[in-house]
Amino acid sequence: MAKKPVTFTLNGSERAAFAEEGLNLLEFLRRGVGDLSPKYGCGQGTCGACTVIIDGETHLACLTMADAVQGRKVETASGLANGKVHPLQEAFMEHFAAQCGYCTPGMLMSAKVLLDRNPSPTRADVIEAISGNLCRCTGYEPIIDAILATANTRARA
Amino acid sequence: MRVESYGTLAEAARAMGPDSVFMAGGTLVMRDVNAGTAASRIVRSADPALREIRATGDGFSIGAGVTMAQVLAHRDLSFLAPVARAVGGPQVRNMATIGGNIFAHHPYGDFAVALLALGSRVVQAGQGGARSLDDVLRERGRSGGSSAIIAAIEVPRPRDPRAFGFLKVSRIKPKGVSVMSLAAHLPLEGGRIRGARVAFGAMGPAPLRSSAVERVLEGQSLDAATIARAAQLAGDGLDPPTDALASAWYRREVAGTHLKRLLEKMERG
Repeated sequence: MAKKPVTFTLNGSERAAFAEEGLNLLEFLRRGVGDLSPKYGCGQGTCGACTVIIDGETHLACLTMADAVQGRKVETASGLANGKVHPLQEAFMEHFAAQCGYCTPGMLMSAKVLLDRNPSPTRADVIEAISGNLCRCTGYEPIIDAILATANTRARA
Repeated sequence: MRVESYGTLAEAARAMGPDSVFMAGGTLVMRDVNAGTAASRIVRSADPALREIRATGDGFSIGAGVTMAQVLAHRDLSFLAPVARAVGGPQVRNMATIGGNIFAHHPYGDFAVALLALGSRVVQAGQGGARSLDDVLRERGRSGGSSAIIAAIEVPRPRDPRAFGFLKVSRIKPKGVSVMSLAAHLPLEGGRIRGARVAFGAMGPAPLRSSAVERVLEGQSLDAATIARAAQLAGDGLDPPTDALASAWYRREVAGTHLKRLLEKMERG
């Protein structure tokens, strides 16, 4: 199968790698680029474990062709920590919002876009924002609490 | 599998054949790619016309590549916002296109139900004029549809937004696939319904209109007696599928209840 070069920005750094024709962005990031934070869940766009941010919008990496990110900015959970953990990651730990942890990178991406756009979300806003991310461990309540707590902490800062 | 990209829709339309599928947002086609069941040629186009939303005389011409998120962000398309919001979660809405929704099999394809009730028309790439969405969906239900690429959808704007209603029935809130979806456009003239259009999703092989319900509503005012008569006929002439979400029997049983809920909501305004 033909390979083509894809040049893009991953968590602020310029990256270039070859992608096979038809390869999805999730496999490309994990195997081609070495960023293992987006997870493979269903491969059908149902679970949200592969959620990444492309140019400020959440996308499902498993349903995106790798070459679609040519020249674009991609963010993943591995770019959140910058010397110390991101406030969202800290709140997830504090509120026990990760159990098995498989959904967590995708949840963090959805939560980040929500708070970037709406610094003071309501509980309903949070539920809507993570409605495309399945979690089979927590029952969602600790995740919702963690996101709301991050917004509250930021508002006080 | 080969992936072909074309600058213009006209070029992409010429490249389509029986072994190819057109990919827009990817939420349907990439599932097949991941499962190893995709067509042998995937055709894409970066034509900016696919993402355009233009006001026309009596409505809008919406490029087939416009996403649900774009519909939600467009001030003049507020009548379609509740429908776009009912599709998927935020990630899917950033990717899924209105053109793709016309090809989505149940339990997806809720947006097409609303487009059908509104009397939308479909512009196909490389072909003059527009076809009624009724015909395009009927063809899809019978034969899986043609290999023509949808360029844009012409959506009439309801003169009174309260005359248009939409209901998605799903068991999981806020994001769940639909057991069925319903949409109605019931314009009033002098207090009477003129030009009733009522469409169902997941009640046949593709979204379809209920002529029995439309006949009952036509010329009437939307009151309790009319709503009760319409609800009684809700399953008439429809051929609902059995799938993992519901049996055909169940869908036929509850169609009237959900139609009643939609019409009562519209009656309240």
